[in-house]
Amino acid sequence: MSNHAAAVAHQFDDAFQQHDAATLGMWVFLTTEVLFFGGLFTGYTIYRHLYLPAFEAGSHLLDVRFGAANTLILICSSLTMALAVHAAQLGHRKSLMTFLAFTLILGLLFIFIKLAFEWRHDYIEHLVPGINFAPEGETLAAIQARHAPVNYVELFMIFYFIMTGIHALHMVVGVGILTTLLIMAYRGRFSPERCNPIEMAGLYWHFVDIVWIFLFPLLYLIGGRY
Amino acid sequence: MAGHIVPARTYFLVFAALVVLTAVTTAVAFVDLGPLNTVVALAIAVCKACLVVLFFMHVKYAPGLTRVVVVTGFLWLALLIGISLSDVVTRPWTPIPQGWQTSSASPSPANQP
Repeated sequence: MSNHAAAVAHQFDDAFQQHDAATLGMWVFLTTEVLFFGGLFTGYTIYRHLYLPAFEAGSHLLDVRFGAANTLILICSSLTMALAVHAAQLGHRKSLMTFLAFTLILGLLFIFIKLAFEWRHDYIEHLVPGINFAPEGETLAAIQARHAPVNYVELFMIFYFIMTGIHALHMVVGVGILTTLLIMAYRGRFSPERCNPIEMAGLYWHFVDIVWIFLFPLLYLIGGRY
Repeated sequence: MAGHIVPARTYFLVFAALVVLTAVTTAVAFVDLGPLNTVVALAIAVCKACLVVLFFMHVKYAPGLTRVVVVTGFLWLALLIGISLSDVVTRPWTPIPQGWQTSSASPSPANQP
């Protein structure tokens, strides 16, 4: 009974009500996130419709291999996060910590690939709007071969950096949450009766995965790769 | 232990499906299907998102109220994109008013592309 009293806050009738309330609250937050990213997706869709050749040329400036690798990394991290929730529900502290650590490492790997390979390459190629956007040499030739106005390709790169940047920011926040949960799990703060924080963090992490599931085809794939 | 416990096997099956769909969508991008490329890429993305939402995020096992909130979020997203596009896409369909002097030798500047 004492365990029950500690796990359920006094405003809830029981653990089920507490769990449903937490899930509902988290989903209300995620709904605002859907519409937050939705505004960017809408803007991207409209400008892609208006300046299609430039957006296809812009898409060709990205490397599909890195996009696909990062997609697989995020899917793996979603699996390990789901397994972490599973371990928490069953009260397996060691496997909970293992899966949280795996999720954390995969999240960091995603951010590392974005920074060290993709964004660094874009910077070297002078493709970062606001900092050094001035494509030259083969890059410029590739854009001109598609009859794409360079300033609209810059617009694509603005969308690319804002969308992947805000997504990466969400990843950084997720890494912070995972680190906190890992420390809490190490201190034995979770039990089958008290694992809502793990599950809610899982919802957040999966949501960030879903955003990337849409960013990957929109930015990398539908630019006429053939 | 208030949440529904999904068997680990389900998670692995969903994971396998997501990996296969990622491979398929990447491969299809290199095949010329015309406008269908975009349709296929987005359809696969929607399938992947549904798998994540239903199984990884437990919405399949969630109470009705939670499901309503989830559906509402994506419904509003569909309205946002749908109504915005209904404006942008249909603008060229509307003929530009020619005014009273269509046969004039010097058309008004507004008619110039």
